Amino acid sequence: MRGEAGRVRITDSKDVAGGRGAVQVCAAGARAGAMSNKYIARSGAVAERELGGEMIIMSAADSTLFSLSETATLIWQAADGRTPLSEIVERRVCEEFDVAFEDAYRDAEAFVEELSSHGILRVSDQPAAEAGPAPGETP
Amino acid sequence: MSLMTEMNQRALRLGVPLSVHFDLTYRCNERCEHCYLDHDDHGEMTTAEIRSVLRQLADAGVFFLTLSGGEALVRRDCFEIIESARALRFNVKLKTNAMLIREQEARRLLELGVEQVQISVYSHRAEVHDAVTKVPGSLGRTLAAIRLLRSQGMRVTMANVLMPRNRGDSEGVRALALEVGAVYKLDPTITPMMDGNTSVLRHRVDASELSNFFHNPHLVGDVEEFCAPPGPVDESVREGLPCSAGHTSCYISPYGEVYPCVQFPLPCGNLRRETFLDVWRNSPQLVEVRSIRAKHLPTCSSCAHLGSCTRCPGLAYMEGNMRGPSTADCEKSFVRTGIVTAGMLARKAAGAPGLVQIRAVPQLSA
Repeated sequence: MRGEAGRVRITDSKDVAGGRGAVQVCAAGARAGAMSNKYIARSGAVAERELGGEMIIMSAADSTLFSLSETATLIWQAADGRTPLSEIVERRVCEEFDVAFEDAYRDAEAFVEELSSHGILRVSDQPAAEAGPAPGETP
Repeated sequence: MSLMTEMNQRALRLGVPLSVHFDLTYRCNERCEHCYLDHDDHGEMTTAEIRSVLRQLADAGVFFLTLSGGEALVRRDCFEIIESARALRFNVKLKTNAMLIREQEARRLLELGVEQVQISVYSHRAEVHDAVTKVPGSLGRTLAAIRLLRSQGMRVTMANVLMPRNRGDSEGVRALALEVGAVYKLDPTITPMMDGNTSVLRHRVDASELSNFFHNPHLVGDVEEFCAPPGPVDESVREGLPCSAGHTSCYISPYGEVYPCVQFPLPCGNLRRETFLDVWRNSPQLVEVRSIRAKHLPTCSSCAHLGSCTRCPGLAYMEGNMRGPSTADCEKSFVRTGIVTAGMLARKAAGAPGLVQIRAVPQLSA
């Protein structure tokens, strides 16, 4: 288990704070199935780089800059369009941090909503057929 | 504190080169009269070499990547290089004259997620712009490309270099930028050539034109604030860094040479012989550049403008001493505030001609 308590936090260049997160112990075998599934995929039109443990992301669409916390970075990195958000939260966040699934999922939804409003994450009810290529990568 | 400032401070603390300006070629399809480059190809890096450099830059933590030239798009592999850069998730900005951008190229730049394109426009009048570039019809082609890029939703900055030839045209270019939805940027800086040749400095504007620029609220915002006398010089100012060159940013030439900045031609290493991180971390030249604080500048540390001067260490280097004053920046500080700088007084004491002189910069020794 790591520190920082699974808080899904983003900061953008307009200094808007992102999701909040209560700190609780994650129950074993969390209720991923109880959530309606969402699939999230990173947009190809962003730049990203890790800087001192935090992920920096900039949207080419509106040039908004975001800094993701360690937890948000885990979700970002797992956003392949095929893994359900609930599974990402359960396996990447709850197993890594001391946080209850319900709280982590609520934070993750707020995070996804914020990034998708800037076109940085694509959200779907269906899994992508296959992972989309990054710009410049051969499909 | 803005996120960008926080990010820069973190990069500085960690020694990460956050921004790199990478010229892919010095060749160009224009011959701008004020250009600081030799346009012959003296052995540019190959596509494979550039891809290797890009991977090294990504591994070193570079986020902002400016691709430029010369004219970057004269390289047949330019789009391959941009694709590679975007696959490595850089924030890519392209500086170009846009002469080679047609509909297909404009669409491709957008698809690749290039964040913005900066395009040089010298005047809204073809006879002036084309006289600067020495290419008849160049303004028409450049403007057509700008409109195409904007119609696709690409962010465009129109960079307007201020020179005697286009004196009085900045308002026209600004209106053009407004009309097409581009950002307008005016730059009064003319740089000596990379080999130290100062002949292009005849294209620098004089003090009266600079004064017009500094007192135009459309260009500088709040004129009173912009032209205010310099604030007190305290310990934080004396401990300050001259600029980001060599600290969180650097420049790479088409031949793999690394410099602190495109405007600071101090050779620090070559990526054909060394890795980028080796050069970035261990180059004695970069280590020296990083050691310099404002308090170490023999003339400028006693100057009232120390905290607000835009002193460029690269321009100072091209005048012979990276710790010395930059004549052009002394003039800017003086014209902005009416307060004489320490560099101007030192030149007067040394018998240099003219209190305000921006043309007679000594030639850089070979």
